[in-house]
Amino acid sequence: MKEFLIILFSVILIDNLVLSKFLGICSFIGLSKNLKNAMGMSAAVIFVMFVATAVTYPIFYGLLEPNGLSYLQTVIFILVIASVVQILEAILRKAFPPLYQGMGIYLPLITTNCAILGVMLINMTEGYTFLQAIFSSVGAGIGFMLAMFLFAGVRSKMEHSDIPHFMRGLPITFVAAAIVSVSFMGFKGIIENLFG
Amino acid sequence: MARKTSLGRELTKGVLRDNPLLILLLGLCPALAVTTSAINGLGMGVASTFVLVMSNLIVSLLRNVIPDKVRIPAYITIISSLVTMVQFVMQGYVPALNQALGIFIPLITVNCIILGRAEAFANRNTPLASVLDGLGMGIGFTVALFLIGATREILGNGSIFGYFLPFVGEGHMLKPIMIFAMPPGGFAVFGLLIAITQRLNNKFYARQPLGTMDRAHFPGSISARTDAAMHGVEQRFPEGASAAQVPGAVPETLKKDGKPIKEKDQQ
Repeated sequence: MKEFLIILFSVILIDNLVLSKFLGICSFIGLSKNLKNAMGMSAAVIFVMFVATAVTYPIFYGLLEPNGLSYLQTVIFILVIASVVQILEAILRKAFPPLYQGMGIYLPLITTNCAILGVMLINMTEGYTFLQAIFSSVGAGIGFMLAMFLFAGVRSKMEHSDIPHFMRGLPITFVAAAIVSVSFMGFKGIIENLFG
Repeated sequence: MARKTSLGRELTKGVLRDNPLLILLLGLCPALAVTTSAINGLGMGVASTFVLVMSNLIVSLLRNVIPDKVRIPAYITIISSLVTMVQFVMQGYVPALNQALGIFIPLITVNCIILGRAEAFANRNTPLASVLDGLGMGIGFTVALFLIGATREILGNGSIFGYFLPFVGEGHMLKPIMIFAMPPGGFAVFGLLIAITQRLNNKFYARQPLGTMDRAHFPGSISARTDAAMHGVEQRFPEGASAAQVPGAVPETLKKDGKPIKEKDQQ
């Protein structure tokens, strides 16, 4: 149990997907303007993270690794992720229309989101067991959601502040992201203190 | 594309006018993650440039062969095979750089610049123009990565290409500002750099900088549906207008307190 808690704490707070690993920046900047879109995208990311890990893990350890083909992981993973997202989209549209309404439009964006492929590759390099890999991926998704949630709040405040003209728009957004990222650095050492 | 293109322009447009990183804001993840030093930035830029040029060439050669419906998976397969090749070469010849760039080498596969250029340019232009376009875009990306990396290395570590600057370091007058080498420094340096580039770009080309993900002027979209999703979300403000002046740009939090503005207008 303790090891899972450690994985969760470290991927959500310390090695936050967006703010310290820099994965999924495009959607972080592009979709955090409004809280509803930010949450829809994050929910879709968590969902795809879970399904993609459940599919890629057996492929890697059942098919690629025993045959000495692990160098093909990038090619195989990106194709698997793309097809999984397509299939998920079709299933959601038929079987769960309300869920599709909520996060359907974000699904195609996820295929080229480096967060998914990045986390899959990290899981394989870290040598996690299946359950650990699931925890790490879902935790990374939750970390993405937390960062999106915080940053959407920061951006809605920023719309009413008087920003110097040349910094308006994107430049100030990145500087604000830097400050949010500083706040996450405060979590360093939390694992040593909590779990000894 | 019906518009007449000159080969020289294809090569140079990527450097400042349409710089993929600083103006079009594509390929952000590697730009922020690996640019802790100038050499890392250069290495990443060169690796991406190689993949970009080769994928543009192959896509352009195969543009009449690949069926339109499966073009995106075909491009992804081409790009990821090229990336795997680059990874092998780097493991063999520059293992230290490969170690430093780590996971971001395989992640070149999902770099939006490469898929974007394949989709927007290479599949409707001649191989020569596509190669030049890829080279120009790659050079622009490399220059931008190098600038970010050099700034962060000088400020965060007090060195450039591994050589320490005078008067910096332990026991000297100046101490490096560690935070620039850490993640927050990446965001801050990048924010300031895009502010400067957009200013320069406005001055030289008298052209409005593009908003993030505003792909209306950048045809490198993954699919029409992707664009629809992005456009529903992002709204670009006219130059010089603050958020409050644009109708419909009131944040959701304010709308909840009063009636939404549109309904009020209708009554």
